[in-house]
Amino acid sequence: MIRVRALEKSYQDLKVLKGVEFEVAKGSIFALLGSNGAGKTTVVRILSTLLRADAGSADVNGFDVAAQPARVRESISLTGQFAAVDEILTGRENLVLVARLRHLADPGKIADDLLDRFSLTEAGGRKVATYSGGMRRRLDIAMSLIGEPPVIFLDEPTTGLDPEARIEVWQAVRELAGRGTTVLLTTQYLDEAEQLADRIAILHEGRIIVNGTLTELKQLLPPAKVEYVEKQPTLEDVFLTLVGKDKR
Amino acid sequence: MTRHFFGDTTALLGRSLRHITRSLDTIITTTVMPIMFMLLFVYVFGGAIQSGSDSYVSYLLPGILLITVASGIAYTAFRLFLDMQSGIFERFQSMPIARSAVLWAHVLTSLVANLISLVVVIVVALVMGFRTSAGIGAWLAVAGLLVLFTLALTWLAVIPGLTAKTVDGASAFSYPLIFLPFLSSAFVPTDTMPGPVRAFAENQPVTSIVNAIRDLFTEQPVGSGIWVAIAWCAGLLVVAYAFAMAVYRRKIS
Repeated sequence: MIRVRALEKSYQDLKVLKGVEFEVAKGSIFALLGSNGAGKTTVVRILSTLLRADAGSADVNGFDVAAQPARVRESISLTGQFAAVDEILTGRENLVLVARLRHLADPGKIADDLLDRFSLTEAGGRKVATYSGGMRRRLDIAMSLIGEPPVIFLDEPTTGLDPEARIEVWQAVRELAGRGTTVLLTTQYLDEAEQLADRIAILHEGRIIVNGTLTELKQLLPPAKVEYVEKQPTLEDVFLTLVGKDKR
Repeated sequence: MTRHFFGDTTALLGRSLRHITRSLDTIITTTVMPIMFMLLFVYVFGGAIQSGSDSYVSYLLPGILLITVASGIAYTAFRLFLDMQSGIFERFQSMPIARSAVLWAHVLTSLVANLISLVVVIVVALVMGFRTSAGIGAWLAVAGLLVLFTLALTWLAVIPGLTAKTVDGASAFSYPLIFLPFLSSAFVPTDTMPGPVRAFAENQPVTSIVNAIRDLFTEQPVGSGIWVAIAWCAGLLVVAYAFAMAVYRRKIS
């Protein structure tokens, strides 16, 4: 579904990508893991036709990003690092706008269905400026689903979210993959990749240094030792129990 | 892609017009400065200025209208800058839309917002005693000149809107434009100015546009002056458009 070959990109003298290669199978969740500045966003920007690669090639849904950018844009949806929603419009107006820009029939119904699916029906008539971070990100993802593109890029979808909101986003992502959408996720949170991804690749110093399932990655290290440890609740467990919304 | 150009532009225009109608304060702040200038010059300095006209507010209005547009387009740059910063610009660009529709929506919104501001300023001028016997034809000619001027400055505003690194950078370019009318025939007749200043004032675009509008309002024959005004606006429009599109293509490729 996504195929990246020998991708290179420099900003002036800084070589960000030095031959990145990976493939993502249809309907799977692929996590691109890396520290800040590793080049994850650059990969996503190239795949979503916002940036040109210096060398190498990339196919999305069978279309080359450099040669057929319009076809690629029909196949994808991008949810950026900072929720790209219009603050002055209401949630519903944001959804209607995207539906109109995707040239779909009955944008109003599409908007109402998505508001319902992402539990935003009540907030739908309010300006997005009044939304919490989690609601905003849910709206952002809902906007990405309009037109049911076969491939979705989620660039650090949970950065800056509180634990509850993260879990909401995770549920939305799982649901997506359940419906057959191919998801490329970038994240700097290891637990996020662990929770969601079918395959995980680590981008480091411009190259993919490992790529495999979670089990495969774990086998790279010496076999697990058996140790007896007192089970302490994590701070996350405490937080979620106290605020009473443990949805996991 | 271009087959969706009009539909996409309309959808995006609807969006940015909502920005205007939901923050009418931008229209008000746009008109405050020109109205203040008008009050200041009519009621404070006006008594001492020999404009050679019966009503100084009528003499002054054309220049004030240009100042209104120059301060209004700062918001165009500002709105475009916010779209670039917030990431919504990239969202639009990653969608299967006519890509230039994003810019055109901003340009048309700028036109609408500036026309509203111009109407507000003209209403205030009427209250202050501005009178014209100009007929429909002359009014249409004035409107046409102002639309052309607004479009030219709007495309100019697109450039900092796309390239600015800070909010201040996005709007600072409009200050020299706001003050250009002071070095023109907008406030005082140019023949009172010393040589080099006068030479500059008489050969810069504002003077020809101001004179053309003034002649239209006072039903004087506009002569060849209006063609100079139109040529300035059209020339600026073409150059600004070419630059803006070049910057835009570099941004999105």
